[in-house]
Amino acid sequence: MNADLRDLYQEVIVDHGRRPRNFGPLPGASHQAEGFNPLCGDRLTLRLQVVDGMIAEARFEGAGCAISMASASLLTEALQGRSVAEAQALFAAFHALLTGPDDVPPAGLGKLAVLAGVRAFPTRIKCATLAWHALQAALQGRGSGPVNTE
Amino acid sequence: MATLLHDAATPDPGRWRRDFPILQREVHGWPLVYLDNAATSQKPAAVIAAEEQYYGRRNANIHRGVHTLSQEATTAFEGARERVRAFVNAAAAEEIVFTRGTTEAINLVAGSYGQGLRAGDEIVLSAMEHHSNIVPWQLLCQRSGAVLRVAPIDAAGQLIVERYAELLGPRTRLVALAHMSNALGTINPVRELVALAHRAGAVVLLDGAQAVAHLAVDVRDLDCDFYAFSGHKLYGPTGIGVLYGKRELLAAMPPWQGGGDMIREVRFSGSTWNELPFKFEAGTPNIAGAIALGAAIDYVEAIGLAAIAAHEGELLAYATARARDFAGLTPIGTAAAKGAILSFTLAGIHPHDIGTVLDSRGVAVRTGHHCAMPVMEHFGVPATVRASFALYNTRAEVDALFAALAVAREMFA
Repeated sequence: MNADLRDLYQEVIVDHGRRPRNFGPLPGASHQAEGFNPLCGDRLTLRLQVVDGMIAEARFEGAGCAISMASASLLTEALQGRSVAEAQALFAAFHALLTGPDDVPPAGLGKLAVLAGVRAFPTRIKCATLAWHALQAALQGRGSGPVNTE
Repeated sequence: MATLLHDAATPDPGRWRRDFPILQREVHGWPLVYLDNAATSQKPAAVIAAEEQYYGRRNANIHRGVHTLSQEATTAFEGARERVRAFVNAAAAEEIVFTRGTTEAINLVAGSYGQGLRAGDEIVLSAMEHHSNIVPWQLLCQRSGAVLRVAPIDAAGQLIVERYAELLGPRTRLVALAHMSNALGTINPVRELVALAHRAGAVVLLDGAQAVAHLAVDVRDLDCDFYAFSGHKLYGPTGIGVLYGKRELLAAMPPWQGGGDMIREVRFSGSTWNELPFKFEAGTPNIAGAIALGAAIDYVEAIGLAAIAAHEGELLAYATARARDFAGLTPIGTAAAKGAILSFTLAGIHPHDIGTVLDSRGVAVRTGHHCAMPVMEHFGVPATVRASFALYNTRAEVDALFAALAVAREMFA
């Protein structure tokens, strides 16, 4: 197996892909949005419970590849207990991790840094960002139609 | 295990492989195993040389210059049209319209022939169509008020002929069907389907994008009214395709695009149209592409579609047998009549992850919905892995595919 592939499918990613955390409905969610990647058919719904500007709970449902499921799973873990402003900063840092000019991962990403391996696979970046675009849409109240990655 | 791939009478695919320069390259340090032929096939040196020779020796615009190069280019371009005519056994070269590809050919029929459709008319499709044989008809329905009717497929991915026949009636104006499914490999009994449609008074367009590289096509034997295909799946270049149409239909149809070459006389008070097939070829066409498509047809015919089909049939049988023995693999599309396509899912692994792992070992397959979302919906899967074979593929490459699948299974198991 080549090194890029090993970096892409790290144990954490395979594990979260297979057994995503915070997977399931979130009754009474205050924010939600659907993400859809028409290229591969990956589809997920991200739901948030926001109380006084803080994300009390984040859960998702859907189906997709290991990268999109793991990314969504790790995202929901990272969102719990953060403020909306912090979540938006996290989005920016994650975006820089995958598409920024630097090879050095931005600070403050914690466990999410395992997704850095996606950089070497341009065709898979949309898989990793699917849940994050849903997050943006949910926070901006654009949750009515699915967010396309195209 | 399948029987021996080649008996003494079958030509050696290794010899054919040497005709394709790209097959020498490596991907991620592994020999390229190209199994994405249903998306586009690789090109033999003869096709690449035909393009190069045209641009290097004869490049000129066609149908108007009196100079030598223009005459040579015109002769080569019209010669290619004649090659296509003979290849599909059309009655006359004027029934062969060059297009950008299958998609444009279908859009041409929808845009031109479709102008005769009215509210309440019906267009019949099958549930296994490629998006390019669905969306042009949906657009036509929006313009005309015509209605789409969809003939269902069974669990094996075969058209249910009785249900198709039930859909045909006095309102059916047009039937559009894949000759061979790109997502499943299913080969439709098109001769019978055309006859049924004709009995109802409908005209039939066959989408031959997949079929032409694998099956001998005789448009007069099939009796289809239109037949559309692309050059690039037939070892030819991209950007060139063909619409065959019966002469009386093409003659009665209004022009589709306006421009140079498609006119006889232009006056501000009104213009008149050129004769067939030029009425449907506005603007400077893909001259190099048409000439190289002619070279591709020469190449295919020198080997023979029967020999190609026999070789691909053996490969498919071998791959299908290996698939049966591969734990966790579910084939998608198991029609009795099938072209060289193996579409499948692996339990617990998304096709995109499989595609990435396979690519890391030089194996190129297509993963996704294959521009056939309704087919995916029918089988209840978001996507499949599709390995599709061509004349240059070998049994060793099928083994490389399954070795790479085993790596994927190990990683995600």
